[in-house]
Amino acid sequence: MKHVPLLFALHIFILLFHSGSIAADEPAYGDALIVGSIGEPSNLIPMLASDRPSHDVSGLVYQGLVKYDTDLSLIGDLARSWDITDDGLSITFHLREDVQWEDGTPFTAEDVLYGFNTICDPATPTAYAGDYLQVKKAEVLDSHTFKVTYDKPFAPALGSWGNIVVLPRHLLEEKKITESSLSRKPIGLGPFTFRTWAPGEKIVLDANPTYYDGRPYLNQYIIRFIPDQGTMFLELQSGAIDYMPLTPMQYTRQTQTDYFKNNYNKYKYPSFTYTYLGFNLKHPWFQDKRVRQAIAHAVNKQELIDGVLLGLGREATGPFVPGTWPYNPDVQKHPFNPDRARSLLAEAGWTDTDGDGVLDRDGRPFEFTIHTNMGNPLRLKTATIIQWRLEKIGIKIDIRVLEWATFLNEFLDKRRFHAVIMGWGIGLDPDQYDIWHSSKTAERELNFITYKNQEVDELLEKGRRIFDIKKRKKIYNRFQEILAEEVPYIFLYVPYALPIIHNRFKNIQPTPIGISYNLEKWYVPADRQKHRLLP
Amino acid sequence: MILYMLKRLLTMIPVVLGVTVLSFCIIHLAPGKPTDKLSELNPKMTPEARQRLEQYYGLDKPLHVQYLSWLKRIVRFDFGNSFSTDSRPVIVKIWDRGVPILDRRLMVTLIINVLSMLLILSCAIPIGVYSAVKPYSFFDRITTVFVFVGFATPAFWLALLLIILFSINLGWLPISGIKSIGYDGLGFTAQMFDRAHHLILPVFISAFGGIAGMSRYMRSSMLEAIRNDYVTTARAKGLAEKTVIFKHALRNALLPLITILGLSIPGLISGSIIFEQIFGIPGMGQLSFQAIMGRDYPVVMGLLVISSILTLAGNLVADMCYALADPRIRTK
Repeated sequence: MKHVPLLFALHIFILLFHSGSIAADEPAYGDALIVGSIGEPSNLIPMLASDRPSHDVSGLVYQGLVKYDTDLSLIGDLARSWDITDDGLSITFHLREDVQWEDGTPFTAEDVLYGFNTICDPATPTAYAGDYLQVKKAEVLDSHTFKVTYDKPFAPALGSWGNIVVLPRHLLEEKKITESSLSRKPIGLGPFTFRTWAPGEKIVLDANPTYYDGRPYLNQYIIRFIPDQGTMFLELQSGAIDYMPLTPMQYTRQTQTDYFKNNYNKYKYPSFTYTYLGFNLKHPWFQDKRVRQAIAHAVNKQELIDGVLLGLGREATGPFVPGTWPYNPDVQKHPFNPDRARSLLAEAGWTDTDGDGVLDRDGRPFEFTIHTNMGNPLRLKTATIIQWRLEKIGIKIDIRVLEWATFLNEFLDKRRFHAVIMGWGIGLDPDQYDIWHSSKTAERELNFITYKNQEVDELLEKGRRIFDIKKRKKIYNRFQEILAEEVPYIFLYVPYALPIIHNRFKNIQPTPIGISYNLEKWYVPADRQKHRLLP
Repeated sequence: MILYMLKRLLTMIPVVLGVTVLSFCIIHLAPGKPTDKLSELNPKMTPEARQRLEQYYGLDKPLHVQYLSWLKRIVRFDFGNSFSTDSRPVIVKIWDRGVPILDRRLMVTLIINVLSMLLILSCAIPIGVYSAVKPYSFFDRITTVFVFVGFATPAFWLALLLIILFSINLGWLPISGIKSIGYDGLGFTAQMFDRAHHLILPVFISAFGGIAGMSRYMRSSMLEAIRNDYVTTARAKGLAEKTVIFKHALRNALLPLITILGLSIPGLISGSIIFEQIFGIPGMGQLSFQAIMGRDYPVVMGLLVISSILTLAGNLVADMCYALADPRIRTK
């Protein structure tokens, strides 16, 4: 009996201590993250979808054998480890034994084999079969060992064993995959499980209590579909959503109020995209390297970033994201220098002989069209600034803005353009074969500028056959040097991704691959939780 | 009367057929294909895979073959499956039996349009009548200004301004969607109240332009009615001014309004595209916007068939009402 008061006091002390100083920032279970999304997913079976919203959701429900770490190296996810034979031809994955599907069925190598067979099946309408058709043989060695063999070593192969091909065989085997209910009601093994989908309104995901890496702190992840960007921002302002991407204008101007400063955190990091000015290299004018270099010297990239992105971006020097391992910072840059541009053009035979302010050669004025697509005001602004800069060195530019499908089908695919302003999403693997290899220049293929360089071809072929990151880095560094010197594209800028998140969410750490990689570790301190678990 | 209706119904068939031929051609002539979303500018896409996709959707066949196979299905009321990656049946997208009736896309759009139609009538008729009875009065001038402003105001801009006022500054109304996040936990009455709450701004926005236009029509048609001999007669008889206006003049003035209402249905339906986009309302307008952008032929065609049938039905009903209201047409 004597001890009781003491224990009691100790207890109170601990309680006080907890609520007083630690609890304020201690990880706690609960609350919901409400995310605003312009688009709505179309299909939650990853291999059947090609749109960002679908992959954003299915990425939380499904897991892959491997995943990209924050520095873009590959680490195990459902695979505990893997062995690659010395010739680089086969990969053996050793899968985790402690993983189960949401319905309690254990996850095995058969699930991976099923996913692989399905994606290679000609009856599956998928955009991702390419990487898997390179596989010569896929086999299940035992319930948790999976082996694939390739004809030739294929470096992007390892990264392809992500969540696209891990599907619950026991739920899908009986039916055609296109008719499966899983496309609207996924059953996965990731950190979150699917709860409901109200078309046009929202998708609700719940924390998965049996997730192998531990239940996420958040109870729920809710995506609300708001097709209008202005409306979405107002929803944010009213506190009805917690997380959305901002435009540069919203980031620098509209969120500078005390309300936003006190309630939200803004983040910025390079997005995995870049915008470029690409030349049609079939056109005789642009076949001359000096002309392309001259135009590069006439364009002020920093001015574009300041004017178009309000400073929220980085100069691009090649097709990789600054700060990731394939990126080469030491390539030839063509700094803004109109005089150098003029002299390069003069070398190439372009001078203003008739004094009308426009350069000419053989009696033809230097006048060409920049095409870009409608609905992207940033690209149009970029084109306008470039137009103004080039006019100063005597090149006349017309800008033509076209509806996306028209632009692709009538101009890009048929090579009916002089120059285009476009953007590429950057893959997590550095393989750029499809965009730059000289064999990829047929109609509708991606080397639409018809770039041909033998050394680049060799580098690209070598780069996708080697697994060692250090050796690959050397190859892609050289690749970037050549591109920078030859200027088939003028790499303009890498815009920043600009998410804003309510500041009650803790443990958000920006890295080169963004912030959402550790979503299951985000938490809201107990005293700041807003949403109770919905029934 | 029944014979007349039958005749009207029969003439609708070639009209619908014509609409489908035209729209089928137009949507297929537009550059781009439904498979573009999967295949264009996608590094992982091989030419064989692209061909496979086009075969999968039957896009490799000649246009008239595609049209006839579509027509064959449509006469059995089978709208086919969507070409977007979810490949759901078109009919489920429009009228999903798996969700409560109030959440089905067609229902959502119909409710908003019917409510906004009612709002238009209940505002426009009194305004029009009052301005006609007292032409060039202060009230008439004010409404004239209102009408011009109403015509000139872009709906999307007004919508955003009203959201800022009522939802952000005053905090009275929700911003977007048709239900709150916590809707499922509410009781029935609270649920209905929640829905009504979400409908206020969208209904007002979709009615706004209509009120302006309709009150003008009402005013001129009322002015005309008042100038008629029978109104003079009624006044000469010594009837109360109220009776003259509401019983003799108004009834006649309403006739042209019926026709205009029937004609305004397509406008309301296409207007849905804009406000459903702004308010994030899961209705037919949002669906058609997505379908057109994705070149989702079966969905576009399904929506066109439904909205042209709605339009024709609206016209038919308007004609019926006209016949009912005006004995001169009935006897002809």
